[in-house]
Amino acid sequence: MKILYLLTGLGLVLSLVADPPRTGKALKIATKRFSKLLGEFALLLILVSLALTLLPPRTILSYLEGPGKLVGTAIAALIGSITFIPGFISYPLAGILHNQGVPYVVLAAFVTTLMMVGIVTFPLEQKILGTRVAIARNILYFILALITSLAIGLIFGEIP
Amino acid sequence: MKTKKGLAIALYSLFLVLSLTLGFKPGIQTGKNLLDFTVQMMKVLPFAFILIGLFEIWVPREAVERHMGSASGWRGHLWAVILAAPMVGGLYVAFPMAYTLHKKGAGLGAIFTFLGASSLCRIPMLIFEASFLGVKFSMARLAVSLPLVIGSSAILGRVLEKKGYEIHLEE
Repeated sequence: MKILYLLTGLGLVLSLVADPPRTGKALKIATKRFSKLLGEFALLLILVSLALTLLPPRTILSYLEGPGKLVGTAIAALIGSITFIPGFISYPLAGILHNQGVPYVVLAAFVTTLMMVGIVTFPLEQKILGTRVAIARNILYFILALITSLAIGLIFGEIP
Repeated sequence: MKTKKGLAIALYSLFLVLSLTLGFKPGIQTGKNLLDFTVQMMKVLPFAFILIGLFEIWVPREAVERHMGSASGWRGHLWAVILAAPMVGGLYVAFPMAYTLHKKGAGLGAIFTFLGASSLCRIPMLIFEASFLGVKFSMARLAVSLPLVIGSSAILGRVLEKKGYEIHLEE
């Protein structure tokens, strides 16, 4: 995060020194683009806050602990696709699951779908990519996430 | 579409206000989540958009086109991964950035690789992942998923370009 602030500060200073009017233009683009997507960001926040209430980490933990490889992988992929959990919560959660003996293939399905498939980010994606391409991308990446998880199961010797 | 969005936001606000006055616990929790995430996102978004603005003003179109245009081949995908690796925030930052890259002449294949790579191989996230699930897990995940993403992005990009598809901000 600090690198982001440093980079932004450095970029702004350099830009200002080089050409103040153009820097003003850059800031104008920044605010215009941001305000254009404001509604989508609001929807994203709404969906995230609801998803986290309906599926809190505790509940996810209890769903993924019991069911074994096959069903576990399916549930993990489903949960990972619908909800949105930032890395600073999802990885410690995956760490706990790992310590409780949940197989890697299930953990992989959980973290890869969390990263690659986004129901919650869909309004934003739809606005930029268009409805059809946004749907296609999510379905495609869901399949890729499943393939990746199965491969991880193979690599760790969990799937014969 | 716009009224639907407004309606959703209005209903949600009503839900929060009612929960607060009636002491409905899940609703209050939702409000707390909202505050948490708004703070988290605001730590990233303003800076990300300033960088996007600076990028649009200072990076010449010709450079993006040459390195990431439809004719750039595997180098375009490589650049997409390099650009995605140091990112913070994830997909919600990657989508606006993808729009900017496309506007500057990046090909669709490289754009989809950029979107995939920014969810798969952001370095800050990888370090975090490896510390909780092990280096072997992270490396295996990358080794399998990244080639899959690059391959399918190239195909998806080609198909969509043939159809004349372009990324634009829908109203």
